[in-house]
Amino acid sequence: MIGLTHYLTVAAILFTVGVLGIFLNRRNVILMLMAIELILLAVNINLVAFSAYLGDLTGQVLAMFVLTVAAAEAAIGLAILVIFFRRRGSIAVDDVNRMRG
Amino acid sequence: MHPVLFIVFLPLIAAIVAGLGGHWIGKVPAKVVTTASLFIGALLSWPIFFQYISGEAQPLVVPVMTFIQSGTLTVDWALRVDALTAVMLVVVTTVSSLVHLYSWGYMEEDPGQPRFFAYLSLFSFAMLMLVTADSLVQMFFGWEGVGLASYLLIGFWYHKPSANAAALKAFVVNRVGDFGFSLGIFGTFLVFGTVSIPAILHAAPAVAGSTIGFAGMRVDTMTLLCVLLFIGAMGKSAQLGLHTWLPDAMEGPTPVSALIHAATMVTAGVFMVCRLSPMFETSATAMHIVTYVGAATCIFAATVGCAQNDIKRVIAYSTCSQLGYMFFAAGVGAYGAAMFHLFTHAFFKALLFLGAGSVIHAMHHEQDMRYYGALRKEIPITFWVMVAGTLAITGVGIEGVGFAGFWSKDAILESAWASGSVAGTIAFWLGALAALLTSFYSWRLIFLTFFGEPRWAASEHVQHAVHHVHESPDEEHGDSSHEPGLPPTGTAGYHPHESPLTMLVPIGLLAVGAVLAGQAFHNIFVDAERAPEFWRQSIAFSEHLAHAAHESALWVKLTPTIVMLIGLYVAWRNYIRKPEAAANFVAQFPAVYRFVSNKWYFDELYDLIFVRPSLWLGRLFWKGGDEGTIDRFGPHGAAYAVGIGNRVTARFQSGYLYSYALVMLLGLIGAASWAIWWAQ
Repeated sequence: MIGLTHYLTVAAILFTVGVLGIFLNRRNVILMLMAIELILLAVNINLVAFSAYLGDLTGQVLAMFVLTVAAAEAAIGLAILVIFFRRRGSIAVDDVNRMRG
Repeated sequence: MHPVLFIVFLPLIAAIVAGLGGHWIGKVPAKVVTTASLFIGALLSWPIFFQYISGEAQPLVVPVMTFIQSGTLTVDWALRVDALTAVMLVVVTTVSSLVHLYSWGYMEEDPGQPRFFAYLSLFSFAMLMLVTADSLVQMFFGWEGVGLASYLLIGFWYHKPSANAAALKAFVVNRVGDFGFSLGIFGTFLVFGTVSIPAILHAAPAVAGSTIGFAGMRVDTMTLLCVLLFIGAMGKSAQLGLHTWLPDAMEGPTPVSALIHAATMVTAGVFMVCRLSPMFETSATAMHIVTYVGAATCIFAATVGCAQNDIKRVIAYSTCSQLGYMFFAAGVGAYGAAMFHLFTHAFFKALLFLGAGSVIHAMHHEQDMRYYGALRKEIPITFWVMVAGTLAITGVGIEGVGFAGFWSKDAILESAWASGSVAGTIAFWLGALAALLTSFYSWRLIFLTFFGEPRWAASEHVQHAVHHVHESPDEEHGDSSHEPGLPPTGTAGYHPHESPLTMLVPIGLLAVGAVLAGQAFHNIFVDAERAPEFWRQSIAFSEHLAHAAHESALWVKLTPTIVMLIGLYVAWRNYIRKPEAAANFVAQFPAVYRFVSNKWYFDELYDLIFVRPSLWLGRLFWKGGDEGTIDRFGPHGAAYAVGIGNRVTARFQSGYLYSYALVMLLGLIGAASWAIWWAQ
């Protein structure tokens, strides 16, 4: 029987993978965007799992919002990325250090 | 309005106009304003003086305004005029106005003339404030004012390091004396509850004999106060111990030496003792100290004066020595004689200085007498006025007729003998010996300068004037250890020129004073019958002592004349008849010569005792205390700590997105943990 614990475990693993993807990834900003999507997905799984477990639809509604926001965020992120590539000719994470004062 | 207001305040206005406005009004108007203010002062002062002589004028106080009002301490600006002040007014304004006029010629080529004349007038104002003071605080104001003007004028040629050093030395040495003076004023206020001079003099006899705690001891009140005040007088009047600044002060322009360091400022100490004479009379101990210090200075400075080669330094030590005479006269109670010598000395010493200035002017600022000689044919007017001054200072005269110094110096020596005390007798003998040395060094100056063969050829200054180039700098010129075999003779083709009229007129007028001042005024200053009417209550004039001095034995009266003739003979023999005799004497007694020509090693001694330890202590506090401790752990330490903190925190701002994200995550975890575990 697949219970709540399994869903939460999968979500936790996804979240951890997403976080590590942000920190350990030194090459590619696209990978970073994908890692952020993974984190959001992990949250969504948590929301839906708890929604089903508690019989409360609010969690699933919230998951729909998160999906929408994630889509918009991905679109903006990719747009920034394209412009960034045009200006710098690279999307390697180690080159993105312009935020140093 | 009383004329004394104009006498005192016109020089101040002139000094402000010339000093602050000299840039706009130009140098000639600045000189006219300052000189005119002093001449007006002199023209107003002489009638006041004659009114006191004739007995018409009463002592009076001219109030100006309130100065300090605090609790029981009340100090007013008020000008006190009595016979004593009248004498000082005449001395100060006359010498000052003549020096102003003289400076027109002497400072002709100097670019800083408005400044110079402003300083001179400022000095005159401060000096007049001092002599008209009605309270000790006002006297202190004038006292410090003349000190400031003296500092500014000694260091007038501020591009010369030696002038700056001399100015600083004068200021610092005077601080020592002023410390005693201010302690004396504090003590006087403590004891009498007032700083008004008439009130103090009135109350002083009642305090005689009481004791006061000072530095953990019980001492006699009046002795303590008088000695403290006298320390101030010692500093200002360059008495033994605090005299070291006066010879160095000759770095200033010669008119300054004549006005400040001969005729007026240095006599302020004598004036102060005379002004406070009823107070000094209450303490025999203090009077003895004054006598001994005066006599010691008198003989010390006279010996040093014999071995100096710089013409101005000879006259400077002569001044120091004559001030010693004035002090021991005051010390034995002959205040009239002290003031008389102050009066005559102002004329003949200002004359000697201005004459020396005229010689220096003629010799292109060569001041070493060894490079003079035979000048009497080149600058005859200067020669004759210098001789008049020398006749005055050496005291030439016979019973009833004589030059200025004859009257005043005899009055002092007779008073010292007639006082009958041990101190007075010692002072008499030391004074007689000093009179011999005075005669010797004064005639030595004349003989070296005006007689013999011309010796200008070796002088750098004269060579400079002739060739307009500097000779090789390794000449022996100015080396004080080398002496006194005179330099080779020769004129190097140079002919000294007589000074302009603006310089000769003041010297001529002073020469008249040097010749006649003693003859004309000795009655009113020291005569037992006449003088009390003149002085009234302004000084503690002792008719008894004046009588005794007048009736002292014939040999006492003749002593000054005899020693003067001996001094003249020795000088003539050593510098005219056998010019090599002086060198022989030095070769025979090198130790004596070294001791005297090095001024008894006072400067070296002070350097060892005071200057070096002070420098060492100062360096310790500077390097160890300030830089090593306060700066190191204070400002510098704090700055260093901030720097380290900056470097650490700067590491966090790497610019990499993932490290920011990590920090954000850690912060989030921290906040969540806190919210979950601790915030409940």
